[in-house]
Parts: sequence; C-alpha cells; structure tokens
Amino acid sequence: MAESALTDPGATLRQPTGWQGIAADFSSDQRAFKNVSWGKAMMWIFLLSDTFVFSCFLISYMTTRISTTVPWPNPSEVFALTIGGVTLPLILIAIMTFVLISSSGTMAMAVTFGYRRDRKKAALLMLATAAFGATFVGMQAFEWTKLIHEGVRPWANPWGAAQFGSNFFMITGFHGTHVTIGVIFLLITARKVWRGDFDRETRGFFTSRKGNYEAVEIMGLYWHFVDLVWVFIFAFFYLW
Amino acid sequence: MAQAAAHAEGPHQPPIRLFLVVWGWLFVLSTCSYLVDYFHLQGYLRYSLILLFMVLKAGLIIAVFMHMAWERLALVYAILVPVGAVLVFIAIMMLESDYTLLTRMLFFGPEP
Repeated sequence: MAESALTDPGATLRQPTGWQGIAADFSSDQRAFKNVSWGKAMMWIFLLSDTFVFSCFLISYMTTRISTTVPWPNPSEVFALTIGGVTLPLILIAIMTFVLISSSGTMAMAVTFGYRRDRKKAALLMLATAAFGATFVGMQAFEWTKLIHEGVRPWANPWGAAQFGSNFFMITGFHGTHVTIGVIFLLITARKVWRGDFDRETRGFFTSRKGNYEAVEIMGLYWHFVDLVWVFIFAFFYLW
Repeated sequence: MAQAAAHAEGPHQPPIRLFLVVWGWLFVLSTCSYLVDYFHLQGYLRYSLILLFMVLKAGLIIAVFMHMAWERLALVYAILVPVGAVLVFIAIMMLESDYTLLTRMLFFGPEP
C-alpha cells in the first residue's frame, strides 16, 4: 500500500492550477512534479539534456555553414534519386520522414491501448513501431552507402564545402543511433507487454520495481522525441 | 483490483481519434514542407515556410503525442523554458560565425 501511495502522490489533494500551481509545486518543499512519477520526470529531463546535445550539433552545422567561404552543396540535388527515369529531389528523405511519422502514430496508440490493458493491441502496435524504425535505419544505411560511393567523406566531398560531410555524418549518425537504440528498447518493452508483465506487476530485472503500463508511455516519450529531432534535422539540414 | 481500477484510469487518455487526426496533419505538413523544396521556392518565402511547418509539426508532436498538453504546468515549464537557452546560443553563434566569415573574406579572400 505504501508503494502505491508513493507512485501516485497528491492525486487526491486539491491543487492550485496556473501560475499559482507552478509556485506551489516548486515551493512546497516536497517533490516538485506532483502527479508525475519519477520515471516519467526523469525521462523528460533526459530528453531535455538530449535536446541540448542535438542543438549543439545543429548549431555547429549552422556555424560552419555560415562561416565557410566555399559554396554549400545543394541538398536538394545531393539527395535526389532517379526512380523509373524520373529524378525526384529529396525523395528518399521525404519517404523517411513519412515512415518516422507513421511510427510515432502507432506508438501514440500503443500507449493508449496499454493503459486500457489491451495488451495484444499494445504489443502489436509497438512491434509495428519497431518495424517502421528499423525501416528508417535501413533507408539511412542506404543513403550513407550511396553518398560514400559518390565520394562524400567527413573531410571532403565533390560538390563544395568540406564541412558538409562531417556535419552530415555526425548529425544523421547520432540520430540513427538514437533510432536504433529505440528499436531495441521497443522490442524489449513489447515483449514485456505481450507476456503480461505489467498486468502481473512483475518486478523489473534492473530496478526491481513493480512494472506497470506507464513503462509504455515512457518508451513512447523517447520514441516521439526521436521523431521530433528528425523534424528539425529535416528542416535545417535537408530543406534549408 | 482497487489498484487495477486506479491504473486503468491512469493519466488523462485522449481518444484514439485525436491521434489519427494529428497523424493526418503531420502527413499534410510534411508534404507541404517537401513541396517547398519540390517547387524550388527561394529566399525569405522558403525559409519562413520551412520554419512554419517545422514549428507546427514539433508543436503537434510535443502537445499531443507526448501528452504535454495534459501535463501539470510545473513540468511543462521545467522542460520548455530551458530550451530558451538554445535560442540565445543560436543568436550568439550567428554573430560569431558572421564575424568569422568577415575575417576570412578580409584575410584569405582575393586581393582587391
């Protein structure tokens, strides 16, 4: 009983909202995030730190692109593909964007079905999310292979400013790593949902705390963040 | 059972329909930003459209998919306000890189 009281504290108390709520939450000399479990709060704080990491990459990209005297390669042409005799600009990147957005959609629904304790649907939607994620990484591997064959290196490329290559590999590589880690964790969480670990409140092997369906929501937060970062990479690196 | 009932309620759960609508909008906005490149829009029109579609997409993902719209305000501000530091950093680095470009053109550029 004590534990369930800890994981859901203050839910029954009447709490002020708005600005007064913020002041009350932070000044209460207790935990600041009243109705948020430690797991979710820590995931949000991790995502904030990850935001800074990706911001640093994108800002260094901006700095090198502004300060170079050599013309920047045109991403629209660099990432064009010829399909059936028609050359389409950026088409692979556009497809990757749609794949990642679709994975976010299935993930959002998995969270809801998890809370409804519909574990078959939740697990299947998470597996679909993982499949979309793996597809995305596969397309990225294809894109890297194509560019490396065309002579793009972190120190040089055939079209212009040398910094293009280093920025490209660093930013998309770091993002692809995030997607890969996400796919692995999605598979682990989907397996737990499928087995019914969260219905039986099986203790986790690492934290030894009782499992519940919030794990799916926390997993979802990470996955949506990966999609969110891609929105910014797509806008700044590929479209700008 | 009491705990199961408490969990089933859980945090606020938006209806599935809302997720599907947002999903559709994300597809529309992504198509729009792709079309910006497809039709070779240039200059300020291009940049403002890219930024507009980017901000709308990011807002939809954070607010609906990540459930930020239903979180307590203390958490929302704790996460969103520090991101403002990134905007300051961007401004500083824009000034810095413009200065770098200027010095490169002055000292490494062709002789006048």
